[in-house]
Amino acid sequence: MNMPASASGTALAPDKEQAARQLTDIMAKFTGYVGKRLPQDVLDKLAELRARETKPLAKVVYDSMFDNLEKADRLDRPCCQDTGALQYFVRAGAGFPLLGELKAILGDAVRQATKDAPLRHNAVETFVEKNTGTNTGTNIPWIDWEIVPDDDTCTIEVYMAGGGCSLPGAAKVLMPAAGYEGVVQFVFDVITSYGVNACPPLLVGVGVSTSVETAATLSKRAILRPIGSHHPDPQAAKMEALLEKGLNDVGIGPQGMSGSSSVMGVHIEASARHPSTIGVGVSVGCWAHRRGTIRIQPDLAYEILSHRGAVL
Amino acid sequence: MKKILTTPIRDEDIAGLRAGDVVYLDGLLVTCRDVGHRRLIELGQKLPVDLRGNAIFHAGPIVVKDGDGWKIISIGPTTSMRMESFERDFIRETGVKLIVGKGGMGPETVEGCRENKALHAVFPGGCAVLAATQVEKIERVEWLDLGMPEALWVCRVKEFGPLIISIDTHGNNLFETNKAEFNRLKVPAIAEISKEVRFIR
Ligand code: SF4
Repeated sequence: MNMPASASGTALAPDKEQAARQLTDIMAKFTGYVGKRLPQDVLDKLAELRARETKPLAKVVYDSMFDNLEKADRLDRPCCQDTGALQYFVRAGAGFPLLGELKAILGDAVRQATKDAPLRHNAVETFVEKNTGTNTGTNIPWIDWEIVPDDDTCTIEVYMAGGGCSLPGAAKVLMPAAGYEGVVQFVFDVITSYGVNACPPLLVGVGVSTSVETAATLSKRAILRPIGSHHPDPQAAKMEALLEKGLNDVGIGPQGMSGSSSVMGVHIEASARHPSTIGVGVSVGCWAHRRGTIRIQPDLAYEILSHRGAVL
Repeated sequence: MKKILTTPIRDEDIAGLRAGDVVYLDGLLVTCRDVGHRRLIELGQKLPVDLRGNAIFHAGPIVVKDGDGWKIISIGPTTSMRMESFERDFIRETGVKLIVGKGGMGPETVEGCRENKALHAVFPGGCAVLAATQVEKIERVEWLDLGMPEALWVCRVKEFGPLIISIDTHGNNLFETNKAEFNRLKVPAIAEISKEVRFIR
C-alpha cells in the first residue's frame, strides 16, 4: 500500500521544516511572555477593584499584587512561581498550513519556554509519578482543538493552569427539578469553600450543559473569554451579572482577606441539554490569570490580541 | 512603622500579636512543604535544618544555578491547608515559630500554635517576584533529591512580607472567622438570585 507523503514519520519539506521551527520559536516566546505579564483586561479589572477597595488588609494585598507585577515586568520573570500546567485552546482554519504539525510544535514550544522563561517544572507523569522536568508529558501540554472550515489562520489561547486555581474546579449533573437555582447554589458552594484559597479575586467560569465533561469544558472556555464580555443570550447574561453581584456581596476580598469584592467576573458558556439533566461545571482563574491570545497568519505573521504593546 | 520579627524569634516577640496584624521578617526562612512534612512526621526522618526559633515557608520556588550557589527567580506561597494534618506535630518537633503560606489552616494548627507558641501568616499569593526580591541569599539547599519545588531552600530574608497573621498564639483564626462570615452572607445572596433565575417554567 502506498503511504501518502505526509504520513507521520516522513521528513517535512525543508521550507515546512523551517516554518515549523519559526512557529515553535514564536509560541515558546509567547508562552514565556504570558507567564510574566497579565492580559490587559485582567490588569484593568484589578486596577478597578483596587480603587474600589476600602478594607485595610485587602488594600495591603492589592498593593503587593501591583508591586509584584511591576517587578515581574521589569525583571522579566514569571509573575507567579506556579506557571501552571500548560493548556492551549486552538481555533485553527482547516487550511492553516502547519495544522498537522501544530501538536508537535506546541510540545517543543513548551520545552523551549521551560528553559528560556524559565517555567517551573509542573508536569508529573501519572502512575509513574515522576516529574518529567520539561512541562511535557502524556497529553500535556493539553490541547483543545476547534477546526474552522474555509479559513487559513490559526488563533491560539495559551492558559497556565496553576495548582491553586485548578483545585476548586468541579462539575456535576443536576436533576432538572434543581433548576438554575441549583446551578447558583453549586457555584456559591465551590467559590466560598475552595475558591477562598485560589488567590481571589477570581474569574469564575460556569458551564451549563448536558453532562459532566461538556459542562466542565464549557466552564474552562468561559474563563478564556475577555473580562467584560457577556453571553449573547439575555437570560444567560443576566445570570452572569446576578452571580457576579451576589458573589461580590459575600466579600471574599483578595486572598480571602475579606473585602469589597470577590470576583473579577462571572462568565457562563452553555450548550443545549438533555431534557432530564442540567450539567454544571465551575472553573476558576486566579487574580494572576495568565491567559494570552495570538492570531497567526498562513505566512506566520502574528498579532497578539490579549496584551497591549506586547513584544516577543 | 513596619513591625519586623527577627530570627531567632522568642515567645515574647509574638505573644502580643493578633490575627489580622501585618508583620515582616528578617532572618532565616526555610521552604518546607508536602514531602518535607511527610518525611519528618510520617517517615521519622531527621530534618537536616535546625528550625528552632526560625520560620518555614510553604512554597516551591523557581531557582537557577548561579556560579557555585543558587539564585531565586520566583518564590511564592502554596496552599497551607495541604500541610494541616502534619503541622501540629511539626511545630512540636521542630520548635518553628513562624509558618508562612497561603490561605488558612485548620484547628490542628491552631492547637499547635497555642501549645508551642507559633504563628501562621500569609504572604499574598501569586506575588512571587516581590518575595524573590526580599530573599538576600540562598544559604544552602537540603533534600534536593525531592526536586526543585519540594527541596528545603534555606533563605536569608530581609523585610520579607507583608505577612498577614492568620493564626496567633491565642487560638484566633482569621480565615475561620472570615469563612463563617462568607457562609452567613451567601445565604441571602443565593436566595436573592434564585428568585430571578426560574427559567424552567
Ligand atoms: S492560585 Fe494563581 S496566583 Fe495563586 S499561587 Fe496559584 S497560580 Fe499563583
